[in-house]
Amino acid sequence: MDVLVRLALRGGAEAAYAGTMSPSHAILSVEGVCKSYGAVRAVDGVTFHVAPGEIVGLLGPNGAGKTTAINMILGVLAPTAGRIEIEGVDLARQRSRALEKTNFAAVYAPLPGNLTVEQNLRVFGLLYEVPRLAERIDELLAAYGLGRFRKVKAGVLSSGEQTRLSLAKAMLNRPRLLLLDEPTASIDPSAARDIRAGIADFVEAGHCGVLWTSHNMVEVEAVCDRVLFLSRGRILLEGDPKTLPAEHGASSLDDLFVAVAHEPAAAQ
Amino acid sequence: MRAARAGAIVLRQIYLLRGSPQRVLPIFAWVAVDILLWGFITRYLNTVGHAGFNFVPALLGAVLLWDFLTRVMQGVTMAFFEDVWSRNFLNFFATPLRISEYLAGLVTTGVGTSLVALVVMLVLVRVAFGLSFADYGLALAPFLMVLFLTGVALGIAGAAIVLRLGPAAEWLIWPIPTLVSPFVGVFYPTAILPVWMQAISRLLPPTYVFDGLRAVVAGRPAPWDRLLLGLGLAVALLVLACLLFAAVYRYAIRTGLIARYSAETVS
Repeated sequence: MDVLVRLALRGGAEAAYAGTMSPSHAILSVEGVCKSYGAVRAVDGVTFHVAPGEIVGLLGPNGAGKTTAINMILGVLAPTAGRIEIEGVDLARQRSRALEKTNFAAVYAPLPGNLTVEQNLRVFGLLYEVPRLAERIDELLAAYGLGRFRKVKAGVLSSGEQTRLSLAKAMLNRPRLLLLDEPTASIDPSAARDIRAGIADFVEAGHCGVLWTSHNMVEVEAVCDRVLFLSRGRILLEGDPKTLPAEHGASSLDDLFVAVAHEPAAAQ
Repeated sequence: MRAARAGAIVLRQIYLLRGSPQRVLPIFAWVAVDILLWGFITRYLNTVGHAGFNFVPALLGAVLLWDFLTRVMQGVTMAFFEDVWSRNFLNFFATPLRISEYLAGLVTTGVGTSLVALVVMLVLVRVAFGLSFADYGLALAPFLMVLFLTGVALGIAGAAIVLRLGPAAEWLIWPIPTLVSPFVGVFYPTAILPVWMQAISRLLPPTYVFDGLRAVVAGRPAPWDRLLLGLGLAVALLVLACLLFAAVYRYAIRTGLIARYSAETVS
């Protein structure tokens, strides 16, 4: 109950964290973004930034607006209001240039099942104009344990293997901004740990930024430098996943998640 | 426009065709059957028709040209439908791919598959029915160009309709050539059409191709001025189709259609 009261008092305002970093240095800058469908506001004035070398968790219950927000950052959904910049490039004005710096993996967007693993990576490698593509594909096949599936059609891979293929695709162009929607879903714990470590290394080495959605709070706590709790299209909480639960009277990130999921009722 | 990105769209289609005889066969099988069917019909008509009129170039030539247009349109729409069927829009349109590059890839694919169909038809009419289009030489190029541009325009417009209305609208697209054919006079002069149909036929580029073909077969000079008009109309049609696709794409981005393009029908 304490958590609910604190959240209600907070009033859903966008947090101080958003203001602590200069947008000019951000890899991703989301400013006052809204998306309305008629009278329904799926995303309501969201502002946040992702810094180089930072993994930001985007959390929230189903229908909170996470995927809508990610789709807007991917350029496949136009915001009703607000501005999205990727390394200072305005997505609305220079869509193609902005998207050259991004890539994504999402459980709801499997790669074409009628192409082989290698063919998929080649096609998407050309779309991102990846230099020395053949070498890069070899690297990624090895890194994601997909070498023996090189000539196998993606549609016949297991869901875990398809997820690894999506991640390999997401790494093709060494993106500056990586959007990962449930990236370790359908992957066994051992492989998931390897993949989390691989992404963390990639972030550290390449100074890219990651926006990561997950319902696995243990994973979020292990990977994310910062989390944003989204509910009904608004950011309710923002902070370090290791300290945030205690700051709001919750015993764990899981408990905090449940509290945030119920926040609208508490606020009323 | 980046060639590599348009090339990626073409490469995807090459991969699909390479590993799939069931995709390769329709490129030429149905047009070959059409040529054989109409070839024998025209041969029969030659035996019972008025002496001095050769049905082979008039009808079989018209069938060949009409099938070419149909193949061009289907080449573009089939390439697009591959993305519909594999629910691939989110993957493609979340990349730096521009609409112009995507359409260029679809059209290049359509060019490739329709050229294969054209060669098969040309060889078949020559070998089986003795009709040689080689006699017309380069004079045939403007005829084919008008049909090619029209086929591309119909293909892009068809893709736009399916993008807007959803995968179930696929069944609206396939009959488009059949709906258009009575107006363009594939087998008869458009002068025999009712006045209201003639008004529509004058707006359709293939009308000028088939009128021109009949003139050439009858031994008159090709009506180049009318073919030029047909070419102008075909270019205009293509521009309109591209604008339609771009408008539907913008709508899809505004409403989120691209991101959730998996529904059977989408309002």
